Amino acid sequence: MALQRKFDAKAAEGDMTSMIDMVFQLIIFFMVLINFSQDDQNQTIKLPSSELAKPAETPLENPIVLNLAFNGNVYLGAETSTIAGLRPLLELEANVLNTQKKSAKDANVIIRADGNTAGGMVQELIKKCQESGYEKFALRAKEEIGY
Amino acid sequence: MKFKSRSNEKVEMQLTSMIDIIFLLLIFFVMTFKIAAQEGDFNIRMPIGGGSGPTDTTNLPIKLRLRSNTDGELVDIVVDDTRSFGNDFGKLRAFILQQTGGSAPPNPEDGPEVEIDLDYNLRYAHVISAISAITGQRQGDKIDRLVERIKFAPPRKPQ
Repeated sequence: MALQRKFDAKAAEGDMTSMIDMVFQLIIFFMVLINFSQDDQNQTIKLPSSELAKPAETPLENPIVLNLAFNGNVYLGAETSTIAGLRPLLELEANVLNTQKKSAKDANVIIRADGNTAGGMVQELIKKCQESGYEKFALRAKEEIGY
Repeated sequence: MKFKSRSNEKVEMQLTSMIDIIFLLLIFFVMTFKIAAQEGDFNIRMPIGGGSGPTDTTNLPIKLRLRSNTDGELVDIVVDDTRSFGNDFGKLRAFILQQTGGSAPPNPEDGPEVEIDLDYNLRYAHVISAISAITGQRQGDKIDRLVERIKFAPPRKPQ
C-alpha cells in the first residue's frame, strides 16, 4: 500500500515569539547602558587610576573638558592645540560663558591627562588656564577596582 | 445570501521586515557598547597668584616635594623639606593621618592646605597617587577625607 505524504508548510513555520522577546530585551539592555556622556572623552588617553576616584553625585557646573595627551596635545571638544596655543580656545569658552552672564571663574576645568604625561605639563596647562581667568580645576582619574 | 464565517481563520502578521530592523538596531547597540571604568575628580581651586582659597590658618601647612628620575619615575617624597618617605605613599598617608587626626574639618575651607611641588618629568600617575594619599583613605565603600585643599607650586623647568 502506498502512503501519500502530505507536506504542511504552515506547520513547518517556527514560532518567532520567544526569539523576538529575547531580541527586544537585548535592545533595551544596550539602549539603557549606552553612555552619551562619554562623547567628550578622548579614548586615546589612559587616565591614571585612584582608589578615591568616585563619580560625583552632582555633575560639575559649566564644565570644560581638556584632554591632555602624552605628546602634549590638548583636545578641547573637536579642537586640537598645544598648551602654548590654548589661550584663544579658552577665551572662546569664556566668551560663551559671558553670554550666559557668567565668567571664567564659574567654570570647572576638568583635566583628563594621560597617566604617562609629565606632571609639569599638567602644571603648565593649569597655569595657562589661570591666565585666562579660570580658577576651579578637577583632575580626573579612573576608579581603581580592587578585584 | 449565505455569508461564510471566517472567524476560525488565523490572521498572520508579516514579521520579516520588523525582525530585520530589530536585528540592525541590536547590531548597532552591540557595536557601540563599551565597558568603561567609572571616573572621578579631585577638585583643586587655584586662582592666579593665590592659594586654594582663604589663607591656611592652621598650623599644618604642608609642602610636599615629589622628586623624580629622568625617566619620570618617583624616587623620593619629601614633606616640609625634612621628612623623606622614599616612594612609599602608605607612609605619606600615615603621616597625613597623624597630622590631621584622621579626618577633614566639616568645612573644607578650614582645613590645612598642601602645596605640591614636583619635578617636571614626574609621571602624572604618581601625582594622582600622591593626591590620593593626602586627600583620603578608603574604608570599604566609605571614603574618609583627610585634606581637601590642594594647590600646585609653579612648574619647574624640564630636566
